[in-house]
Amino acid sequence: MKQSITGAEIVFKSLLEQGVEVVFGYPGGAVLPIYDSLFKQNSIRHVLVRQEAGAIHAAEGYARSSGKIGVVLVTSGPGATNVVTGLTDAMMDSVPIVCITGQVPQHLIGSDAFQECDTTGITRPCTKHNYLVKDVNKLSSVFHEAFTIANNGRPGPVLIDIPKDVQFAKGKYTTKDENIISSHRLFEPKIKANENNIEEATKLIANAKKPIFYIGGGCINSGPKASALVTKFIEEIKAPATMTLMGLGVLAASNKYSLGMLGMHGMYEANMAMHDCDVMINIGARFDDRVTGRLDAFSPNSKKIHIDIDASNVNKTIKIDFPIIGDIESVMVQLFNSWNKNQYSSQEKSLEDWWKKINNWKKIECLNYYQGENIIKPQHAIKRLYDLTKNKKTFITTEVGQHQMWAAQYYKFDKPNRWLTSGGLGTMGYGFPAAIGAQIANPDALVIDIAGDASILMNIQEMSTAVQHRLPVKIFILNNEYMGMVRQWQELLHGGRYSESYTDSLPDFVKLAESFRATGLRAKTVEDLDPVIIEMIESDKTVIADIWVDKEENCFPMIQSGSSHNEMLLNKDQKQDHISAEKGKVLV
Amino acid sequence: MNKSVYDSPIRTTDINRHILTILVDNEPGVLARVIGMFSGRGYNIDSLNVAEVSNQHLSRITIVTHGTTEVIDQIQSQLMRIVPVHSVTNLDQEDTAVEAEVALVNMFVNKKNKKQAFQICDLYRARKIENEHNSTIFEIAGTSERIDTFIKDISKVTDIEIVRSGPVAISSVNKNQEA
Repeated sequence: MKQSITGAEIVFKSLLEQGVEVVFGYPGGAVLPIYDSLFKQNSIRHVLVRQEAGAIHAAEGYARSSGKIGVVLVTSGPGATNVVTGLTDAMMDSVPIVCITGQVPQHLIGSDAFQECDTTGITRPCTKHNYLVKDVNKLSSVFHEAFTIANNGRPGPVLIDIPKDVQFAKGKYTTKDENIISSHRLFEPKIKANENNIEEATKLIANAKKPIFYIGGGCINSGPKASALVTKFIEEIKAPATMTLMGLGVLAASNKYSLGMLGMHGMYEANMAMHDCDVMINIGARFDDRVTGRLDAFSPNSKKIHIDIDASNVNKTIKIDFPIIGDIESVMVQLFNSWNKNQYSSQEKSLEDWWKKINNWKKIECLNYYQGENIIKPQHAIKRLYDLTKNKKTFITTEVGQHQMWAAQYYKFDKPNRWLTSGGLGTMGYGFPAAIGAQIANPDALVIDIAGDASILMNIQEMSTAVQHRLPVKIFILNNEYMGMVRQWQELLHGGRYSESYTDSLPDFVKLAESFRATGLRAKTVEDLDPVIIEMIESDKTVIADIWVDKEENCFPMIQSGSSHNEMLLNKDQKQDHISAEKGKVLV
Repeated sequence: MNKSVYDSPIRTTDINRHILTILVDNEPGVLARVIGMFSGRGYNIDSLNVAEVSNQHLSRITIVTHGTTEVIDQIQSQLMRIVPVHSVTNLDQEDTAVEAEVALVNMFVNKKNKKQAFQICDLYRARKIENEHNSTIFEIAGTSERIDTFIKDISKVTDIEIVRSGPVAISSVNKNQEA
């Protein structure tokens, strides 16, 4: 006969069995029993954040930098609604999260009780799956199921809502193995792809004259082996490869086949190559609108192969000729087998013309900028940051906006899982808590949040968390006193009417850092820049580096909304054609 | 129609009516997950039917929708992302489905039109439901088209009030023979 334990104890027993080491959370009335059993154990570390949004973004940063599942623990009502943005973010960017929320006791559900909300109802569209646990005896099996769902197939957030009476109630614990998880199809996602599709794909690749690899975040989710295999395959074919914002680091930026990022603020050569290719091999990307630009002019003359674990990504916006559904790691093995079996080899000769064309596009040097003597160019700040940190184990997180795009363009990533940014949802305020999570997962690493002056204020309260846990996270603010990307769009599309995009009354970031007993640094001119960066990375404390940059610098190159890949603007003086501009205005 | 804000490059196929039959776990919230996916992604539901499948803790949802082949494919794969969904079958694709719907018709007949109305009911094999309120209620089952024409014909004769169930459908392929 098994001993009965309380629901709250079952929570921790389940977390322990699942190998959880850290929980990010914030206590409250409806999770008091869980926090009480947290108090009575010391195997799992709890990181107290200062707002629940910080908890879930920290869990995202933890998960993405370590490949483990991020765990969040918050209370009912406002605790639950504060994590909704983070859940949506994790859903869009496929981050494995298990979020535990407290709920009012069952007899109060539906009575508009204090701090009650319909958590499972609210989070249904922004989780992979969610549970309201009504029976304490089912609690452990729900946990085991939740961890499986969060990490299997295409990862995503799972939420478990536990009424307070269930936390108090006594019940039986069942282990992972005792749980006969029904032979549900989602627990056995299609890992291996159909062999016929693989054969067709390799044949197409072998005969391509102008192939291009289009690499996405799915490669990172599939694990480090997947990235290595993708790199090996690209080197075998000797074809160019471009990466999405989420896919940076899969193929090293220093690899000679890498064309860098593509899309709205991607590299000129990458976008031109996407437009002109004859065979596109999409590995783990999803044809996001930030990547494709105008759909009817997207890579019009290519045959498209799409490798994805989620069948709903195939043919969603772009018609695919050869879909391959499966896990990237095993699909890459299959592709290699088929490639070798058929004795295909790289068409180096015919690829020569293709590379010649690409090298001509490269000559444009789309990332060029002019750094004067005085005011720091934001691009230059990132470039110096990269030069001074590239030899360390560095993780970069970002907020959302111009600084994010400059970071993606000028910081070069050679490894997967080192670049954490909110791609799908575009959540301002993501970067700093994500850096906290990444630092906890990688205590010996240098973790830098490249931020904007507007974004950083969205979760600035987490300074307190970082200092409390002695996390030497660095915040590198490109301060232009504007919501830079909003200002840029207003300049390009709305006649320079800068409606509410100027941030008046910004805090003194140095004093702000000091008020949290962290270090504050400031660079006002180019000559300040290097010393500030060096002092920042050498400090063992939490640091805010306030970098004053050119206020009106725009992020280029750019495909404006409504334009296609071969209509990139390289600088301010170029204008989008009138018809595309009018069409583009209504788009996001 | 493509759901993107951009013009679609895909020469989309014609819009057709489709019957999807979805096998789900019979648990709280499962219907909300399914219809939430439809409303959240901007798809249409023409009719919806839910009933438990006998004692297997499963329910069957029958949804009639319309869209191009691309949209219907996307609906199917989006439905398959929902955890308690076991299977989704597009019955129209199999081309071997039988569908039926039930309608209850309350007819406000008088001495003048009663005979003619009953004749029409006979013709369509609508069955009179006896009840203690002396009202004239008929029940008719069949394909949606058949019910449509019945309504059209009977409306010419008398005022009616009508309640329709929306269709349910089943594949007519004999699974044993197939195997």
